[in-house]
Amino acid sequence: MSAESNFTRPARLAAIAPYVWMVLFFLVPFLFVLKISLSQTAIARPPYTPVLALHEGWGAIKTAFAALSLDNFRLLVSDDLYVLSYLRSLVVAAGSTTILLLIGYPIAYGMARLPQRWQGVAMMLVIIPFWTSFLIRIYAWINILQHDGLLNRVLLALHVVSTPVVWLSTDSAMYLGIVYSYLPFMILPLYATLSKMDQALLEAASDLGASPREAFWRVTLPLSLPGIGAGALLCFIPIVGEFVIPDLLAGSNALMIGQTLWLEFFNNKDWPAASAVAVVLLLLLLAPLLLYDRLQRRQLERT
Amino acid sequence: MASGPNQLSRFNVTALTAGLAFLYLPIVILIIYSFNASRLVTVWGGWSLHWYAEFFHDQAMIDAAWMSLRVGATSATLATILGTLSAVALSRGAGFRGRTLFSGMLYAPLVMPEVITGLSLLLLFVAIDAERGFWTVVVAHTTLTMCFVSVVVQARLGTIDRSLEESAMDLGCGPFRAFVAVTLPLILPSVLAGWMLAFTLSLDDLVIASFTTGPGSATLPIRIYSEVRLGVKPEINAICTLVVALIALVIVAASLVSKISDARGKTAAPL
Repeated sequence: MSAESNFTRPARLAAIAPYVWMVLFFLVPFLFVLKISLSQTAIARPPYTPVLALHEGWGAIKTAFAALSLDNFRLLVSDDLYVLSYLRSLVVAAGSTTILLLIGYPIAYGMARLPQRWQGVAMMLVIIPFWTSFLIRIYAWINILQHDGLLNRVLLALHVVSTPVVWLSTDSAMYLGIVYSYLPFMILPLYATLSKMDQALLEAASDLGASPREAFWRVTLPLSLPGIGAGALLCFIPIVGEFVIPDLLAGSNALMIGQTLWLEFFNNKDWPAASAVAVVLLLLLLAPLLLYDRLQRRQLERT
Repeated sequence: MASGPNQLSRFNVTALTAGLAFLYLPIVILIIYSFNASRLVTVWGGWSLHWYAEFFHDQAMIDAAWMSLRVGATSATLATILGTLSAVALSRGAGFRGRTLFSGMLYAPLVMPEVITGLSLLLLFVAIDAERGFWTVVVAHTTLTMCFVSVVVQARLGTIDRSLEESAMDLGCGPFRAFVAVTLPLILPSVLAGWMLAFTLSLDDLVIASFTTGPGSATLPIRIYSEVRLGVKPEINAICTLVVALIALVIVAASLVSKISDARGKTAAPL
């Protein structure tokens, strides 16, 4: 950290507005989620009791707090629907993160090996789909995967299959959609560490008699571990809570937790249950979130 | 063969080409089919602009698109101001009290599942009895996209010699003037790139907007989503192509801006 200059103090003042904003619209809302997860469903507006009425004085607040209960969390543990949703989300996230790593690593590695002036172009090409609408890219796959879609037409024309294959509403379609959507998130951190790697190390390994394969496993891979960690977390955490992709591409017999939360909220209008689902999801993701935060901090301190 | 450890192997090239094809092919197919004359999405019936005309007669869809553009521009502007301020504080403010909490809050929305962010903001809006619609979505999108602006601007600030703003102050500028006259022009390309990124992210968001909007003010992704759930319609292909074209325009503008700044000095990460 550099010594304090006369610009340091005023620069700190710049934090005030964004600080207040994030406390108001990021931190405080979680307290509301926590509070409502302890409330009861009611047919009212808003659809839960007790409603905190600050203007009714201290007595009213005390009764409101007394009415809070852990019932929603008991429901989460006792009903298989929720437990299975959480499990499915974790399994899908772990599975697709692994696939993303296996696909993303060779691409990032190839990018890092390109001549310098091509690296910028390749990076731009990877970033552009990230800018392009998420929903549209999933929709593009529905076009291709549907019953009389392009994929089935091609397969039929090539006589690979004799009848159209059901692609939509399957787990494979969902994995495909997830891998497709999150690929840039995996490639970019991998590329960042691989491109910064000192090539002299590989030459040294080769001079010392290591085959290219050996050099990869014993030099490149260990050195790219920070990139692997960052990419894996950047994909794993949001995939656990993913809603759009499983909703549009997977079948409806097994739900991911993001879908369960959405259904509780929008279809069942059970806000307290949806909040409880969110609280538990947040607790599950706390460890990976903190790990990600530490990696991010270390990354920024190094630059 | 002279294939040293630094050479690009055939495997590298194949991985790269296949990866890029995988990323781009579905979008290209979507664009081609948006010009399909046939009502059946998968049968090719010749080139036509029919589905674009259909879109321009669909008032609900137009309203949603207009809503999305307004939300995107407003929230991107707010996010750019707040994100730039936070980048200045984090990159020039050294250690200050609450810095860890600040950066933690700032970066969390990058990975936080959208259903959680959406639900928590909605519960806040209900608790304070805010009328849901345009402004609640703007607030939600500002919170979501601020961190992206901050990351882009911080990367740029890291490449700028900080003695410049210090000498401006030594020469008698106040801190605000030193920032506006010296730092801001230097980081402007990244500030603009941040705005464009925030704009496209807002244009893209379905989940958070679904939670925080009110009746009668659907955004474009909300409309598209409800149509897509009913099945593939050629009109949606046309709308999606228009959105992709708009985003491509924004990207071209962003890369032109960074080209110009490239001529003046090294640019930051092109995110």
